[in-house]
Amino acid sequence: MESFIDETLKKYQHQTTPLLMVLRDVQAQYFHIPKQAVELIAKGLDIPRTQIVAVVEFYHFFSFEPRGRYDIFLSDSITDQMLGKKALADYLCTKLQSPIGTVRADGVVSIDNTACTGLCDQGPALLVNGYAIGQLSEQRIDRIVAMIEQNRPVTEWDSDLFEVYDNIQQPGLLLNTKLPRGAALTAAWQRGLTETLDDIKASGLRGRGGAGFTTAMKWASCRATEETERYVVCNADEGEPGTFKDRVLLNSYTHDIFEGMTICAAILGAHKGFVYLRGEYLHLFNKLNAVLEERRAAGLLGDNILGYGWKFDIEIRLGAGSYVCGESSALLESLEGKMGIPRNRPPSSIIKGYLAKPTVLNNVETFVAAAHIAWQGSEWFASCGTEKSKGTKILSICGDCERPGIYEYPFGTTLKEVLKDCGASDVLGVQVGGPSGTFVSTRESDGRLTFEELSTGGAFIIFNHSRNIFDIVQNFTHFFAEESCGFCTPCRVGTSLLKKQFDKIHSGHGSAGDIKELRDIAKLIKDTSHCGLGQSAAEPILTTLERYPNLYERQIKQQYSFDPVFDLDGSLAVARKMSGRDDGHAHLTQVENK
Amino acid sequence: MAHITIDGQIVPFEAGQTVMEAAMAAGVYIPHLCHHPDFTPHGSCRQCTVTLKNGWNITACTARAAEGQEISNNTEELNLVRKRLTQMLFVEGNHFCPACEKTGNCQLQGVAYHLNMMSNHYPQFYALRDLDATHPDILLDRNRCIFCNLCVRASHAEGKDVFAIAGRGINKHLVVNSESGKLIDSELTADDRAANICPTGALLVKGKAFQAPIGQRLYDHHDIDEITLGGRHGG
Repeated sequence: MESFIDETLKKYQHQTTPLLMVLRDVQAQYFHIPKQAVELIAKGLDIPRTQIVAVVEFYHFFSFEPRGRYDIFLSDSITDQMLGKKALADYLCTKLQSPIGTVRADGVVSIDNTACTGLCDQGPALLVNGYAIGQLSEQRIDRIVAMIEQNRPVTEWDSDLFEVYDNIQQPGLLLNTKLPRGAALTAAWQRGLTETLDDIKASGLRGRGGAGFTTAMKWASCRATEETERYVVCNADEGEPGTFKDRVLLNSYTHDIFEGMTICAAILGAHKGFVYLRGEYLHLFNKLNAVLEERRAAGLLGDNILGYGWKFDIEIRLGAGSYVCGESSALLESLEGKMGIPRNRPPSSIIKGYLAKPTVLNNVETFVAAAHIAWQGSEWFASCGTEKSKGTKILSICGDCERPGIYEYPFGTTLKEVLKDCGASDVLGVQVGGPSGTFVSTRESDGRLTFEELSTGGAFIIFNHSRNIFDIVQNFTHFFAEESCGFCTPCRVGTSLLKKQFDKIHSGHGSAGDIKELRDIAKLIKDTSHCGLGQSAAEPILTTLERYPNLYERQIKQQYSFDPVFDLDGSLAVARKMSGRDDGHAHLTQVENK
Repeated sequence: MAHITIDGQIVPFEAGQTVMEAAMAAGVYIPHLCHHPDFTPHGSCRQCTVTLKNGWNITACTARAAEGQEISNNTEELNLVRKRLTQMLFVEGNHFCPACEKTGNCQLQGVAYHLNMMSNHYPQFYALRDLDATHPDILLDRNRCIFCNLCVRASHAEGKDVFAIAGRGINKHLVVNSESGKLIDSELTADDRAANICPTGALLVKGKAFQAPIGQRLYDHHDIDEITLGGRHGG
């Protein structure tokens, strides 16, 4: 093990910041993080072992307990469930004789659930040893099982299993335009970097991750800092369930992203950039690195870009399974080799970002748009959209519709138009912006996609009338409890309380006071949490309580004013078994009859 | 001098001061657990949540005071929020005050008294948490840990980095920097600030527990606001 750790640390130049990359290699090699590895890494990097322990325990894809040699994570997004995930999971588990949440006794297989893997348009999906397989069916599972039982290394499995389709259904302004390599960079330098920044300002471009901060303002503020060491970071941690548009941009518009980052770097005066790629997108990692190599060879990255004398390079760093790392400051912590805990603000990451240096962090789509604006000018971009939301937005449409996939729309497009284009019928509602967004019913289908009205980072999940709102809310509420980083009290404890309280009502054990209590917990989490995750964790409950109060009322046992949280009679089952009794006195009724 | 107002009271501040620092200097108590004047603000317990005039909530320990801020602090609404947050801490861990050596000197208990907390309100989690009694001079009872991070910060400042908080979400737990993970193999000593700073009874220096009899302890006769403003916390 010494030599493996030594080699691995060497590969990452004995830096502390790529700790997740180091641990990913260790996990892949030993199917867990051995305690001895922790000691060796701590010594090799001269960091407290507790930092390593904390990181291992924080991310889904690391484990101190040995996992199977074929480590399977089933994507458990609501969209996977709608596509029949549960039945297929049962089928897989039966075939492999390995229940979810366990490692098979022979150590060959382990199966677990994980959050959305970003294949919502071609689910249900799973990850095997980190690599995504979509479009699960019994036939495909049979093939997977056969290869596992034949002991074939994942790298030698039939490649068609791992195919991921772009699924671009409706391209628009950006997706229709082919950016010639280097064209945006050349245009930026010819026009002048300050002028290019002015042009991006004039275009009205706002961050595509969802928050909608004006891009040029972010770049200008960072450029104006006194520190000279600055960084460019691309947020490719597309973790919001129901979102997969960055997957497609990373796969097929790779050069556009890197070009946007390079222009940003030249404007800021940064020499180093990172793409923080979510662990679930491991299937894109080699491809991204190959494109970087290509660009270095073409003089589009490196010591003297296009002969303009600018030095800049990009490194891809993978996450390891953590939704909260999509939050910009948590992402930076993760990029530094730590747990993804959102930082206190101020200062913002523009002033103190990566390694406490000024940093511009933008969404994948923002960099693509910036590159195209640099090339084609602000007027081209601002020609569509609305007054305050210029340009287009790329949507990841999934759920109940005939044509899930990628759609690019000018801002201002109505919900109605989108639903028509993707072939959605009998619509109950749409989750715009994923679990942290809003549930919009068809009564609001005149609503327009803009930052001010219906804002989304890209997620657009459609539900028809066969769906149960409670199942949706339950999936989202459990998701947030699972993904809370645990830093602050209301989110750490509150999301777990909210989950229990919601399940109590959902399972028909709620009584009169329980809806009020549900609302109170939800509001407390929203009002007092540290970051966006906590502030939006209760949204699925708060928005449905507001829109569908009757649904909740119907779940309640009106005749009781109080119902215990746990099943009284069920709790006595063990005692009954031990004492061999099953008479009337060995049973309790849940609530005293009035 | 620049000033803010807290519940209508004029509170002066110096440039760079946080709302908490300005309030404490002016004799205004804002409940807190993870805050300690000697260490970098953490902002995790959310007890010091206060409301700005525009309705926004901020944490007084991390937010800088700004000229003209009008802050609500000691209101019925905010004190209910704080009580609920305190109750969350009580149900998340296992806090049996009558059987705890720290009783009467415990800040969690002190805050609970201050907020007139009479029940847990929420269902108990009954979490299984480890106790570490390996160290001859110091006890670590994770049942009482509220993740305030003070021992972590104090030990880091001492250059020892004995503690860290690991895990995610509700499964967070305090870990010890030694190969065995036990306190006895760590560098912690009883005179370390880190061993004495715990606001609850999660970290206790042994042999001191009953020096003051129950009934004659810090919060038995004085409200935590009075003790805090007088700078008399244990730790």
